[in-house]
Amino acid sequence: MSDTASAERQGPPPSDWGPPGDAYWAALDEGRLTFQRCGACGNGWLPPRTECPRCWSPDWRWEKAEGTATVVSWVIYHTAFDKRFQERLPYNVAVVELDEGPRMVTNLVDLPDGQQDLIGRRVELVVQRDLGRALPRFRLSP
Amino acid sequence: MRGRAVIAGIGHTAFGKLPGRSTISLNMEACRKAVADAGVEKDRVDALFVKVPTSRVEMMYGQKLAEAMGMTPRVGGVWDQGGASNISMISFAAMAIEAGQCEVALVTLADNPRTGTRQAYEKPWSDDAIFGWSSVVAGYAMIARRYLHDTGLSPDVFADIAMACRKHGANNPHAQLRLPLTRDMYGDSPWVVEPLRRDDCCLVSDGAAAVVVMSAERAKALNVPAPVPILGFGQGHSSCDVPLRPDLTETMAGVSGRTAFAMAGLGPEHIDVAQIYDCFTITVAMTLEAYSFCRKGELGRIAADGGFEVGGRLPLNTSGGLLSETGMPGLQLVLEGVRQMRGSSVNQVTNAKTCIVSNQGGIMHTHSTMILGQ
Ligand SMILES: [Zn+2]
Repeated sequence: MSDTASAERQGPPPSDWGPPGDAYWAALDEGRLTFQRCGACGNGWLPPRTECPRCWSPDWRWEKAEGTATVVSWVIYHTAFDKRFQERLPYNVAVVELDEGPRMVTNLVDLPDGQQDLIGRRVELVVQRDLGRALPRFRLSP
Repeated sequence: MRGRAVIAGIGHTAFGKLPGRSTISLNMEACRKAVADAGVEKDRVDALFVKVPTSRVEMMYGQKLAEAMGMTPRVGGVWDQGGASNISMISFAAMAIEAGQCEVALVTLADNPRTGTRQAYEKPWSDDAIFGWSSVVAGYAMIARRYLHDTGLSPDVFADIAMACRKHGANNPHAQLRLPLTRDMYGDSPWVVEPLRRDDCCLVSDGAAAVVVMSAERAKALNVPAPVPILGFGQGHSSCDVPLRPDLTETMAGVSGRTAFAMAGLGPEHIDVAQIYDCFTITVAMTLEAYSFCRKGELGRIAADGGFEVGGRLPLNTSGGLLSETGMPGLQLVLEGVRQMRGSSVNQVTNAKTCIVSNQGGIMHTHSTMILGQ
Protein backbone atom coordinates (compact mmCIF):
# COMPACT_ATOMS: atom_id res chain seq x y z
CA MET A 1 0.00 0.00 0.00
CA SER A 2 2.67 2.47 1.02
CA ASP A 3 4.51 1.81 -2.26
CA THR A 4 1.41 2.64 -4.27
CA ALA A 5 0.68 5.74 -2.20
CA SER A 6 4.19 7.11 -2.57
CA ALA A 7 4.12 6.37 -6.31
CA GLU A 8 0.96 8.47 -6.64
CA ARG A 9 2.59 11.31 -4.77
CA GLN A 10 5.62 11.18 -7.03
CA GLY A 11 3.51 10.84 -10.15
CA PRO A 12 4.72 9.18 -13.31
CA PRO A 13 8.09 10.12 -14.79
CA PRO A 14 7.93 12.78 -17.50
CA SER A 15 7.53 11.73 -21.12
CA ASP A 16 10.67 11.62 -23.25
CA TRP A 17 8.80 12.69 -26.34
CA GLY A 18 7.35 16.12 -25.61
CA PRO A 19 3.96 17.70 -24.97
CA PRO A 20 1.71 15.38 -27.05
CA GLY A 21 2.06 12.87 -24.21
CA ASP A 22 -0.28 14.98 -22.05
CA ALA A 23 -3.09 14.76 -24.61
CA TYR A 24 -2.59 10.99 -24.91
CA TRP A 25 -3.00 10.48 -21.14
CA ALA A 26 -5.91 12.95 -20.98
CA ALA A 27 -7.79 10.89 -23.61
CA LEU A 28 -7.18 7.73 -21.58
CA ASP A 29 -8.68 9.48 -18.57
CA GLU A 30 -11.85 9.66 -20.66
CA GLY A 31 -11.50 5.97 -21.60
CA ARG A 32 -10.13 6.49 -25.12
CA LEU A 33 -6.90 4.93 -26.41
CA THR A 34 -5.51 7.22 -29.10
CA PHE A 35 -2.51 7.27 -31.39
CA GLN A 36 -1.04 9.76 -33.84
CA ARG A 37 -1.59 9.63 -37.62
CA CYS A 38 0.68 11.57 -39.99
CA GLY A 39 -1.09 13.99 -42.35
CA ALA A 40 1.81 13.85 -44.79
CA CYS A 41 2.53 10.12 -45.15
CA GLY A 42 -0.29 8.32 -43.33
CA ASN A 43 2.00 6.62 -40.80
CA GLY A 44 0.44 5.80 -37.41
CA TRP A 45 2.52 5.71 -34.24
CA LEU A 46 2.95 5.53 -30.49
CA PRO A 47 4.36 6.66 -28.10
CA PRO A 48 3.29 10.28 -28.57
CA ARG A 49 5.88 12.62 -30.04
CA THR A 50 6.04 15.88 -31.96
CA GLU A 51 7.16 14.66 -35.40
CA CYS A 52 6.35 11.67 -37.60
CA PRO A 53 9.22 9.20 -37.12
CA ARG A 54 8.86 8.07 -40.76
CA CYS A 55 8.80 11.37 -42.72
CA TRP A 56 9.60 13.94 -39.95
CA SER A 57 6.45 15.91 -40.63
CA PRO A 58 4.97 17.89 -37.69
CA ASP A 59 1.53 17.62 -39.37
CA TRP A 60 -0.44 14.90 -37.54
CA ARG A 61 -3.78 14.25 -35.86
CA TRP A 62 -5.09 12.06 -33.07
CA GLU A 63 -7.04 8.95 -34.01
CA LYS A 64 -9.01 6.67 -31.70
CA ALA A 65 -7.83 3.04 -31.61
CA GLU A 66 -10.43 0.27 -31.75
CA GLY A 67 -8.61 -1.37 -28.84
CA THR A 68 -8.00 -4.70 -30.55
CA ALA A 69 -4.43 -5.93 -30.74
CA THR A 70 -2.06 -8.90 -31.00
CA VAL A 71 0.58 -9.97 -28.47
CA VAL A 72 4.10 -9.46 -29.86
CA SER A 73 5.97 -10.69 -26.78
CA TRP A 74 5.73 -10.68 -23.00
CA VAL A 75 7.84 -11.22 -19.90
CA ILE A 76 7.27 -12.01 -16.24
CA TYR A 77 9.16 -9.98 -13.66
CA HIS A 78 10.43 -11.98 -10.70
CA THR A 79 12.59 -9.08 -9.51
CA ALA A 80 11.30 -5.58 -8.84
CA PHE A 81 13.87 -3.27 -10.37
CA ASP A 82 11.34 -0.50 -9.74
CA LYS A 83 10.53 -0.73 -6.03
CA ARG A 84 6.95 0.45 -6.61
CA PHE A 85 6.27 -3.03 -8.03
CA GLN A 86 7.83 -5.10 -5.21
CA GLU A 87 4.49 -6.31 -3.83
CA ARG A 88 3.11 -7.16 -7.27
CA LEU A 89 5.70 -9.84 -8.10
CA PRO A 90 5.45 -11.84 -10.19
CA TYR A 91 3.85 -9.49 -12.71
CA ASN A 92 3.85 -9.36 -16.50
CA VAL A 93 4.72 -6.71 -19.05
CA ALA A 94 3.77 -7.21 -22.68
CA VAL A 95 4.27 -5.59 -26.05
CA VAL A 96 1.13 -5.54 -28.19
CA GLU A 97 0.52 -4.35 -31.74
CA LEU A 98 -2.70 -2.46 -32.28
CA ASP A 99 -4.70 -3.44 -35.35
CA GLU A 100 -4.06 0.09 -36.62
CA GLY A 101 -0.29 -0.58 -36.54
CA PRO A 102 1.32 1.18 -33.57
CA ARG A 103 2.99 -0.94 -30.89
CA MET A 104 2.83 -0.28 -27.18
CA VAL A 105 3.99 -1.54 -23.80
CA THR A 106 1.20 -2.75 -21.53
CA ASN A 107 0.16 -5.39 -18.99
CA LEU A 108 -1.98 -8.44 -19.73
CA VAL A 109 -4.79 -8.86 -17.17
CA ASP A 110 -7.12 -11.70 -16.16
CA LEU A 111 -4.79 -14.35 -17.59
CA PRO A 112 -6.00 -17.92 -17.00
CA ASP A 113 -3.71 -20.12 -14.87
CA GLY A 114 -1.07 -22.15 -16.64
CA GLN A 115 -1.10 -20.08 -19.82
CA GLN A 116 2.13 -20.66 -21.72
CA ASP A 117 2.60 -19.18 -25.19
CA LEU A 118 0.70 -15.93 -25.56
CA ILE A 119 2.57 -14.66 -28.62
CA GLY A 120 0.18 -14.09 -31.49
CA ARG A 121 -2.91 -14.19 -29.23
CA ARG A 122 -5.65 -11.61 -29.85
CA VAL A 123 -6.26 -9.16 -27.01
CA GLU A 124 -8.62 -6.27 -26.26
CA LEU A 125 -8.34 -3.03 -24.36
CA VAL A 126 -9.30 -2.65 -20.69
CA VAL A 127 -8.71 0.81 -19.22
CA GLN A 128 -7.87 0.44 -15.52
CA ARG A 129 -7.12 3.07 -12.88
CA ASP A 130 -3.81 2.43 -11.19
CA LEU A 131 -0.88 4.44 -9.83
CA GLY A 132 -2.91 7.61 -10.22
CA ARG A 133 -3.58 7.14 -13.93
CA ALA A 134 -5.97 5.51 -16.39
CA LEU A 135 -3.79 2.74 -17.84
CA PRO A 136 -4.41 0.98 -21.16
CA ARG A 137 -4.18 -2.74 -20.38
CA PHE A 138 -5.30 -5.77 -22.39
CA ARG A 139 -7.07 -9.08 -21.77
CA LEU A 140 -7.25 -12.14 -24.02
CA SER A 141 -10.09 -11.93 -26.53
CA PRO A 142 -12.71 -14.65 -26.07
CA MET B 1 42.62 -0.73 -44.79
CA ARG B 2 42.72 -4.46 -44.06
CA GLY B 3 45.66 -5.19 -41.73
CA ARG B 4 47.02 -1.60 -41.90
CA ALA B 5 46.27 -0.94 -38.23
CA VAL B 6 47.25 -3.17 -35.34
CA ILE B 7 46.51 -3.61 -31.70
CA ALA B 8 49.98 -3.09 -30.27
CA GLY B 9 49.30 -3.46 -26.57
CA ILE B 10 46.63 -4.53 -24.11
CA GLY B 11 46.10 -3.89 -20.41
CA HIS B 12 43.46 -4.39 -17.75
CA THR B 13 42.82 -4.07 -14.02
CA ALA B 14 41.54 -6.76 -11.69
CA PHE B 15 37.83 -7.52 -12.25
CA GLY B 16 35.10 -7.64 -9.63
CA LYS B 17 34.77 -5.50 -6.52
CA LEU B 18 37.31 -2.70 -6.45
CA PRO B 19 36.04 -0.41 -3.70
CA GLY B 20 37.46 3.07 -3.43
CA ARG B 21 38.76 3.20 -7.01
CA SER B 22 37.59 6.02 -9.26
CA THR B 23 37.03 5.37 -12.96
CA ILE B 24 39.94 7.76 -13.63
CA SER B 25 42.24 5.62 -11.52
CA LEU B 26 41.00 2.41 -13.16
CA ASN B 27 41.45 3.87 -16.66
CA MET B 28 44.97 4.97 -15.83
CA GLU B 29 45.98 1.53 -14.55
CA ALA B 30 44.70 -0.17 -17.71
CA CYS B 31 46.38 2.44 -19.94
CA ARG B 32 49.69 2.17 -18.05
CA LYS B 33 49.66 -1.61 -18.62
CA ALA B 34 48.61 -1.35 -22.28
CA VAL B 35 51.37 1.12 -23.10
CA ALA B 36 53.93 -1.06 -21.25
CA ASP B 37 52.67 -4.14 -23.15
CA ALA B 38 53.18 -2.32 -26.46
CA GLY B 39 56.65 -1.27 -25.30
CA VAL B 40 56.11 2.38 -26.25
CA GLU B 41 56.75 5.59 -24.35
CA LYS B 42 53.70 7.33 -22.95
CA ASP B 43 54.63 10.52 -24.81
CA ARG B 44 54.18 8.75 -28.15
CA VAL B 45 50.45 8.49 -27.47
CA ASP B 46 48.68 11.34 -29.27
CA ALA B 47 45.04 10.19 -29.28
CA LEU B 48 42.71 9.17 -26.45
CA PHE B 49 39.37 7.48 -27.12
CA VAL B 50 37.29 6.88 -24.00
CA LYS B 51 34.03 5.03 -23.38
CA VAL B 52 31.70 6.94 -21.08
CA PRO B 53 31.38 5.26 -17.66
CA THR B 54 27.75 4.15 -17.87
CA SER B 55 27.01 4.01 -14.17
CA ARG B 56 27.72 7.70 -13.67
CA VAL B 57 27.69 9.90 -16.74
CA GLU B 58 29.59 13.19 -16.58
CA MET B 59 30.32 15.89 -19.12
CA MET B 60 33.76 16.24 -20.70
CA TYR B 61 34.97 13.02 -19.12
CA GLY B 62 37.53 12.49 -21.91
CA GLN B 63 39.20 15.82 -21.22
CA LYS B 64 39.18 15.08 -17.49
CA LEU B 65 40.95 11.77 -18.09
CA ALA B 66 43.44 13.33 -20.52
CA GLU B 67 44.32 15.93 -17.92
CA ALA B 68 44.78 13.27 -15.23
CA MET B 69 47.06 11.42 -17.65
CA GLY B 70 49.08 14.50 -18.49
CA MET B 71 48.04 14.33 -22.13
CA THR B 72 46.97 16.84 -24.78
CA PRO B 73 45.59 14.49 -27.46
CA ARG B 74 45.43 15.47 -31.13
CA VAL B 75 42.30 13.34 -31.46
CA GLY B 76 40.02 12.26 -28.67
CA GLY B 77 36.70 12.25 -26.93
CA VAL B 78 34.08 10.16 -25.24
CA TRP B 79 31.97 7.63 -27.12
CA ASP B 80 28.50 6.60 -26.08
CA GLN B 81 27.32 3.52 -27.94
CA GLY B 82 27.01 1.48 -24.76
CA GLY B 83 29.04 -1.71 -24.96
CA ALA B 84 29.53 -1.20 -28.70
CA SER B 85 31.68 1.85 -27.98
CA ASN B 86 34.92 -0.10 -27.61
CA ILE B 87 35.23 -1.66 -31.05
CA SER B 88 33.83 1.50 -32.59
CA MET B 89 36.54 3.54 -30.87
CA ILE B 90 39.23 1.15 -32.10
CA SER B 91 37.91 1.48 -35.64
CA PHE B 92 37.70 5.29 -35.38
CA ALA B 93 41.28 5.27 -34.05
CA ALA B 94 42.40 3.12 -36.99
CA MET B 95 40.69 5.51 -39.45
CA ALA B 96 42.17 8.59 -37.76
CA ILE B 97 45.63 7.01 -37.98
CA GLU B 98 45.07 6.17 -41.66
CA ALA B 99 43.98 9.77 -42.27
CA GLY B 100 47.15 11.11 -40.68
CA GLN B 101 45.30 12.73 -37.80
CA CYS B 102 47.26 10.88 -35.11
CA GLU B 103 49.85 8.12 -34.78
CA VAL B 104 49.40 6.19 -31.56
CA ALA B 105 45.96 5.94 -29.95
CA LEU B 106 44.84 4.68 -26.57
CA VAL B 107 41.33 3.26 -26.39
CA THR B 108 40.12 2.81 -22.85
CA LEU B 109 37.11 1.91 -20.73
CA ALA B 110 36.54 1.93 -16.98
CA ASP B 111 33.47 1.65 -14.83
CA ASN B 112 32.60 0.86 -11.21
CA PRO B 113 28.92 -0.11 -11.05
CA ARG B 114 29.68 -2.86 -8.51
CA THR B 115 30.99 -0.71 -5.67
CA GLY B 116 30.06 2.71 -7.05
CA THR B 117 26.58 3.66 -8.29
CA ARG B 118 24.33 1.79 -10.75
CA GLN B 119 21.87 4.61 -10.96
CA ALA B 120 22.05 4.93 -14.72
CA TYR B 121 21.12 1.25 -15.12
CA GLU B 122 18.12 1.36 -12.81
CA LYS B 123 16.22 4.41 -13.93
CA PRO B 124 12.67 3.82 -15.11
CA TRP B 125 11.94 3.98 -18.81
CA SER B 126 9.82 7.07 -19.59
CA ASP B 127 6.03 6.75 -19.46
CA ASP B 128 6.15 2.97 -19.86
CA ALA B 129 7.60 2.61 -16.35
CA ILE B 130 4.02 2.88 -15.11
CA PHE B 131 3.44 -0.65 -16.43
CA GLY B 132 6.40 -1.88 -14.39
CA TRP B 133 8.59 -1.77 -17.52
CA SER B 134 12.13 -1.08 -16.32
CA SER B 135 15.60 -2.64 -16.27
CA VAL B 136 17.89 -3.75 -19.06
CA VAL B 137 17.33 -7.46 -18.43
CA ALA B 138 13.61 -7.11 -19.15
CA GLY B 139 14.37 -5.70 -22.60
CA TYR B 140 16.46 -8.75 -23.42
CA ALA B 141 13.83 -11.05 -21.89
CA MET B 142 11.19 -9.51 -24.19
CA ILE B 143 13.44 -10.33 -27.16
CA ALA B 144 14.32 -13.79 -25.81
CA ARG B 145 10.66 -14.83 -25.46
CA ARG B 146 9.99 -13.86 -29.08
CA TYR B 147 13.21 -15.57 -30.22
CA LEU B 148 12.28 -18.89 -28.57
CA HIS B 149 8.78 -18.63 -30.09
CA ASP B 150 10.00 -17.81 -33.61
CA THR B 151 12.84 -20.35 -33.76
CA GLY B 152 11.16 -23.16 -31.81
CA LEU B 153 14.46 -23.60 -29.93
CA SER B 154 14.47 -24.62 -26.28
CA PRO B 155 16.38 -22.69 -23.58
CA ASP B 156 18.95 -25.50 -23.84
CA VAL B 157 20.71 -23.28 -26.36
CA PHE B 158 21.01 -20.54 -23.74
CA ALA B 159 22.36 -23.13 -21.27
CA ASP B 160 24.97 -24.28 -23.82
CA ILE B 161 26.20 -20.71 -24.27
CA ALA B 162 26.36 -20.03 -20.53
CA MET B 163 28.09 -23.37 -19.86
CA ALA B 164 30.85 -22.69 -22.44
CA CYS B 165 31.54 -19.18 -21.10
CA ARG B 166 31.57 -20.35 -17.50
CA LYS B 167 33.84 -23.32 -18.30
CA HIS B 168 36.36 -21.02 -19.99
CA GLY B 169 36.12 -18.50 -17.15
CA ALA B 170 36.82 -21.22 -14.59
CA ASN B 171 40.29 -21.65 -16.18
CA ASN B 172 41.01 -17.92 -16.24
CA PRO B 173 42.84 -16.72 -13.12
CA HIS B 174 41.60 -13.16 -13.79
CA ALA B 175 37.92 -14.16 -14.02
CA GLN B 176 35.52 -12.78 -11.47
CA LEU B 177 33.32 -15.93 -11.45
CA ARG B 178 35.28 -19.19 -11.67
CA LEU B 179 32.45 -21.63 -11.00
CA PRO B 180 31.70 -23.99 -13.91
CA LEU B 181 28.02 -24.36 -14.76
CA THR B 182 26.12 -27.60 -15.34
CA ARG B 183 22.85 -27.90 -17.25
CA ASP B 184 21.07 -28.75 -13.98
CA MET B 185 22.53 -25.70 -12.23
CA TYR B 186 21.34 -23.58 -15.14
CA GLY B 187 17.83 -25.05 -14.95
CA ASP B 188 17.71 -24.50 -11.19
CA SER B 189 18.90 -20.91 -11.27
CA PRO B 190 16.11 -18.46 -10.39
CA TRP B 191 14.16 -16.43 -12.91
CA VAL B 192 15.10 -12.77 -13.06
CA VAL B 193 12.71 -11.67 -15.76
CA GLU B 194 11.20 -14.78 -17.34
CA PRO B 195 12.31 -16.28 -19.73
CA LEU B 196 15.77 -15.21 -18.53
CA ARG B 197 17.36 -16.85 -15.50
CA ARG B 198 20.12 -15.57 -13.28
CA ASP B 199 22.64 -17.66 -15.23
CA ASP B 200 21.59 -15.98 -18.49
CA CYS B 201 22.75 -12.63 -17.09
CA CYS B 202 26.23 -11.14 -17.04
CA LEU B 203 28.11 -10.11 -13.94
CA VAL B 204 28.22 -6.61 -12.52
CA SER B 205 31.86 -5.59 -12.27
CA ASP B 206 34.27 -2.82 -11.50
CA GLY B 207 37.28 -2.71 -13.76
CA ALA B 208 39.03 -1.23 -16.75
CA ALA B 209 40.68 -2.32 -19.98
CA ALA B 210 42.70 -0.49 -22.61
CA VAL B 211 44.37 -1.11 -25.95
CA VAL B 212 47.02 0.73 -27.96
CA VAL B 213 46.27 1.15 -31.67
CA MET B 214 48.84 2.19 -34.29
CA SER B 215 49.71 1.45 -37.90
CA ALA B 216 51.38 -1.87 -38.71
CA GLU B 217 54.23 0.12 -40.19
CA ARG B 218 54.82 2.12 -37.00
CA ALA B 219 54.58 -1.03 -34.86
CA LYS B 220 57.42 -2.47 -36.93
CA ALA B 221 59.50 0.70 -36.65
CA LEU B 222 58.97 0.79 -32.86
CA ASN B 223 59.76 -2.94 -32.44
CA VAL B 224 56.38 -3.61 -30.83
CA PRO B 225 56.77 -7.21 -29.61
CA ALA B 226 53.36 -8.72 -30.54
CA PRO B 227 51.20 -6.52 -32.79
CA VAL B 228 47.87 -8.06 -33.85
CA PRO B 229 46.48 -6.88 -37.22
CA ILE B 230 42.93 -5.59 -37.46
CA LEU B 231 41.52 -7.20 -40.60
CA GLY B 232 38.04 -5.72 -40.59
CA PHE B 233 35.47 -3.72 -38.69
CA GLY B 234 31.88 -2.56 -39.01
CA GLN B 235 28.97 -1.05 -37.12
CA GLY B 236 25.18 -0.95 -37.18
CA HIS B 237 22.66 0.85 -35.00
CA SER B 238 19.01 -0.05 -34.57
CA SER B 239 18.51 3.07 -32.45
CA CYS B 240 14.94 2.51 -31.35
CA ASP B 241 12.98 1.13 -28.46
CA VAL B 242 12.70 -2.65 -28.32
CA PRO B 243 8.87 -2.61 -28.43
CA LEU B 244 8.92 -0.52 -31.63
CA ARG B 245 11.19 -2.77 -33.68
CA PRO B 246 9.21 -4.32 -36.51
CA ASP B 247 10.93 -7.64 -35.75
CA LEU B 248 12.13 -8.04 -32.17
CA THR B 249 14.73 -10.61 -33.22
CA GLU B 250 16.33 -8.54 -35.99
CA THR B 251 19.03 -5.98 -35.23
CA MET B 252 21.85 -4.28 -37.14
CA ALA B 253 24.35 -6.90 -35.94
CA GLY B 254 24.10 -8.51 -39.39
CA VAL B 255 24.99 -5.27 -41.17
CA SER B 256 27.88 -4.74 -38.76
CA GLY B 257 29.19 -8.27 -39.28
CA ARG B 258 28.86 -8.18 -43.07
CA THR B 259 30.75 -4.86 -43.19
CA ALA B 260 33.58 -6.34 -41.14
CA PHE B 261 33.69 -9.58 -43.17
CA ALA B 262 33.75 -7.63 -46.44
CA MET B 263 36.65 -5.47 -45.27
CA ALA B 264 38.56 -8.55 -44.09
CA GLY B 265 37.76 -10.48 -47.27
CA LEU B 266 36.60 -13.36 -45.06
CA GLY B 267 33.41 -15.20 -44.20
CA PRO B 268 32.16 -17.03 -41.11
CA GLU B 269 33.73 -20.24 -42.44
CA HIS B 270 37.19 -18.65 -42.02
CA ILE B 271 36.76 -17.77 -38.33
CA ASP B 272 38.64 -19.92 -35.79
CA VAL B 273 37.48 -18.40 -32.51
CA ALA B 274 34.75 -15.95 -31.47
CA GLN B 275 34.47 -13.44 -28.63
CA ILE B 276 30.77 -12.55 -28.70
CA TYR B 277 29.21 -9.93 -26.42
CA ASP B 278 27.36 -11.97 -23.81
CA CYS B 279 25.59 -9.46 -21.61
CA PHE B 280 22.82 -12.07 -21.81
CA THR B 281 22.83 -15.49 -23.46
CA ILE B 282 20.18 -14.36 -25.99
CA THR B 283 22.63 -11.74 -27.28
CA VAL B 284 25.12 -14.44 -28.26
CA ALA B 285 22.46 -16.54 -29.96
CA MET B 286 21.18 -13.65 -32.07
CA THR B 287 24.65 -12.31 -32.88
CA LEU B 288 25.97 -15.66 -34.13
CA GLU B 289 22.95 -16.03 -36.38
CA ALA B 290 23.24 -12.43 -37.59
CA TYR B 291 26.89 -13.12 -38.46
CA SER B 292 25.71 -16.13 -40.52
CA PHE B 293 27.55 -18.75 -38.50
CA CYS B 294 24.30 -20.65 -38.94
CA ARG B 295 20.81 -20.02 -40.24
CA LYS B 296 18.26 -18.52 -37.90
CA GLY B 297 16.99 -21.18 -35.54
CA GLU B 298 19.82 -23.61 -36.32
CA LEU B 299 22.10 -22.57 -33.49
CA GLY B 300 21.62 -25.95 -31.86
CA ARG B 301 23.81 -27.47 -34.57
CA ILE B 302 26.82 -25.46 -33.39
CA ALA B 303 25.95 -25.92 -29.74
CA ALA B 304 25.76 -29.72 -30.00
CA ASP B 305 28.57 -31.76 -28.40
CA GLY B 306 30.24 -28.79 -26.72
CA GLY B 307 30.56 -26.84 -29.97
CA PHE B 308 31.16 -23.56 -28.15
CA GLU B 309 34.02 -24.95 -26.06
CA VAL B 310 37.70 -25.02 -26.93
CA GLY B 311 38.12 -27.95 -29.30
CA GLY B 312 34.55 -27.52 -30.55
CA ARG B 313 33.22 -26.15 -33.83
CA LEU B 314 33.21 -22.51 -32.73
CA PRO B 315 35.12 -21.84 -29.48
CA LEU B 316 33.30 -18.99 -27.77
CA ASN B 317 34.38 -16.38 -25.20
CA THR B 318 37.58 -18.16 -24.30
CA SER B 319 38.34 -15.93 -21.30
CA GLY B 320 34.85 -16.38 -19.87
CA GLY B 321 33.08 -13.41 -21.42
CA LEU B 322 30.75 -11.08 -19.56
CA LEU B 323 29.08 -14.11 -17.98
CA SER B 324 32.23 -15.22 -16.18
CA GLU B 325 35.37 -13.11 -16.69
CA THR B 326 33.89 -9.67 -16.03
CA GLY B 327 30.60 -7.92 -16.71
CA MET B 328 32.56 -4.88 -17.86
CA PRO B 329 31.11 -3.82 -21.20
CA GLY B 330 33.13 -5.15 -24.07
CA LEU B 331 36.80 -4.30 -24.26
CA GLN B 332 37.82 -7.46 -22.37
CA LEU B 333 36.57 -9.46 -25.37
CA VAL B 334 38.99 -7.57 -27.61
CA LEU B 335 41.83 -8.30 -25.20
CA GLU B 336 41.06 -12.01 -25.32
CA GLY B 337 40.91 -11.89 -29.13
CA VAL B 338 44.40 -10.37 -29.09
CA ARG B 339 45.65 -13.12 -26.75
CA GLN B 340 44.21 -15.81 -29.02
CA MET B 341 46.01 -14.30 -32.03
CA ARG B 342 49.24 -14.08 -30.02
CA GLY B 343 48.83 -17.70 -28.87
CA SER B 344 48.80 -16.67 -25.21
CA SER B 345 45.27 -17.42 -24.00
CA VAL B 346 44.77 -19.69 -20.97
CA ASN B 347 42.21 -21.44 -23.20
CA GLN B 348 44.26 -21.27 -26.38
CA VAL B 349 42.55 -22.57 -29.53
CA THR B 350 45.10 -24.61 -31.47
CA ASN B 351 46.19 -22.90 -34.68
CA ALA B 352 43.70 -20.06 -34.29
CA LYS B 353 44.48 -17.54 -37.04
CA THR B 354 41.34 -15.42 -37.07
CA CYS B 355 39.09 -14.15 -34.30
CA ILE B 356 35.80 -12.29 -34.58
CA VAL B 357 34.82 -9.97 -31.73
CA SER B 358 31.39 -8.43 -31.24
CA ASN B 359 30.44 -5.47 -29.08
CA GLN B 360 26.88 -4.53 -28.41
CA GLY B 361 25.16 -1.71 -26.55
CA GLY B 362 21.80 -0.88 -25.06
CA ILE B 363 19.22 -3.54 -25.69
CA MET B 364 20.77 -4.66 -28.93
CA HIS B 365 20.36 -1.05 -30.09
CA THR B 366 23.88 -0.69 -31.31
CA HIS B 367 26.47 -3.10 -32.61
CA SER B 368 30.14 -3.13 -33.56
CA THR B 369 32.27 -5.94 -35.00
CA MET B 370 35.99 -6.52 -35.42
CA ILE B 371 38.02 -9.27 -37.04
CA LEU B 372 41.56 -9.86 -35.83
CA GLY B 373 44.24 -11.87 -37.62
CA GLN B 374 47.92 -12.68 -37.39
ZN1 LIG C 1 4.86 10.93 -41.89
